[in-house]
Amino acid sequence: MIEFDGVEKRFGDHVVLSELSFAVAPGEHVCLIGPSGSGKTTILRLLMTLEKVDAGTITVGGTSLSHMDKGGTLVPADDKHVREVRKRIGMVFQQFNLFPNMTVRGNLIEAPTRVLGLSKEEATARAQELLDLVGLGDRMDSHPTQLSGGQQQRVAIARALAMRPDVLLLDEVTSALDPELVAGVLTLLRDLGASTDITFLCVTHEMGFARDFSDRVMMFDGGRVIEDAAPEKLFTAPEHERTRAFLHAVVDR
Amino acid sequence: MDNLGTFLSVLSQGLPFTIIATVGGIALTIVLSFVAGLALLSSSRTVRIIARVYVEGLRGTSEVVQLFWIFFALPVLVGFQIVPIWAGILVLGLNHGAYGAEIVRGAVQSVPRAQIEGAIALNLTPAQRMRRVVLPQAVVEMLPPFNNLFIQLLKSTALLSFVSINEITRQAQQVLVPRFNPQAFEIFLLLLVMYLVMSLVITAVMRTLERVAAARVGRTPSARSRRQATGAGVA
Repeated sequence: MIEFDGVEKRFGDHVVLSELSFAVAPGEHVCLIGPSGSGKTTILRLLMTLEKVDAGTITVGGTSLSHMDKGGTLVPADDKHVREVRKRIGMVFQQFNLFPNMTVRGNLIEAPTRVLGLSKEEATARAQELLDLVGLGDRMDSHPTQLSGGQQQRVAIARALAMRPDVLLLDEVTSALDPELVAGVLTLLRDLGASTDITFLCVTHEMGFARDFSDRVMMFDGGRVIEDAAPEKLFTAPEHERTRAFLHAVVDR
Repeated sequence: MDNLGTFLSVLSQGLPFTIIATVGGIALTIVLSFVAGLALLSSSRTVRIIARVYVEGLRGTSEVVQLFWIFFALPVLVGFQIVPIWAGILVLGLNHGAYGAEIVRGAVQSVPRAQIEGAIALNLTPAQRMRRVVLPQAVVEMLPPFNNLFIQLLKSTALLSFVSINEITRQAQQVLVPRFNPQAFEIFLLLLVMYLVMSLVITAVMRTLERVAAARVGRTPSARSRRQATGAGVA
């Protein structure tokens, strides 16, 4: 579903990702862990086309994000191509990024009506289903600012799901939440993981969640994958010294 | 105060011109501010340069000279004279629109990048992002500086007296003062009060709009002022 091939990303002279290659199968749940600044979030941002790759290719569902086929030759992707690939991807942000100028309803139906072309009624019905799913069925007419952080994040998850993505990118979605609100959001994500066939790619500092949610965990450091294994293996018998040190620091607090 | 009724009635004859010039000027200012302000942020270099030339050109030259130019120089070039009040509105709008463009640009740029990224992640087009997400949030930031600008525009209508538009300043200077010279103090005081009242009307309208706009983005100024009033914000 997702394939990185020799991807490089620099910010000025700072190389964030170098020669990065990995693949994620359809329906797979993959968590990215590692110290801050190791390039995990950059991977999600590249996939969401919020950043451009400097070298290498990223494909989603077999389609390149950065290039398109034009009469047999590869040319840089135009806006239309990028929007077509983006249709398959949704993203939930650390800071929720709900639109404060709209109610919860507005946030949930804006893109489905304007991008997917649903009628207002269809989009609202779908929004109601999703709000029920995330446990906020009665907050349709609230403003985002009237909700707690945990509730805002659940609305943000519903908003991403409303676009029916094949791939959902979760960027430290509980990092900005009060500790007592974290569990509710993680439970929701576990339920989603179990009940849908969406491909999940998440950056997280919640090791317990990474452990029971993922099919695979990738440990990052310095822009490289230094260990890529099933969670049982990575959390109990990590091969790499760096992984051991990291897990020791974050788990055994 | 003798002759107060006469003063009021003569000045009032100028009010329609002052008000039409102000309202028309504000309308044109809003349109030009948005067009030029968004053009300043265009991805096209040519569009940005054209907008920049407009802004610097009209912001950086004298309003009075612009007025003279439209009234006395332009007719020589194009062969006809624009109706004075229209020409006045045109100059007021062009000039203040140049300032307003920077207000729009600044406010649009003040909307957090995260909001645009949220909109990209939902696959909204660049136009939809601007119209549905960025501008509604930016407008809240624009209103206070626009209030300033509109008050300045109101006061600039006095310049129209230079080109024989019978607005209130011209009525005072050309009609009243020559006849009631000893009472110039009262006449000009009355004139000041009239400008003050009109500017207070502008401020009242803008404050209302600010409240509405703030509520629409979920900010409640009332909650903030309550907190300040009870001192809870400090504690």
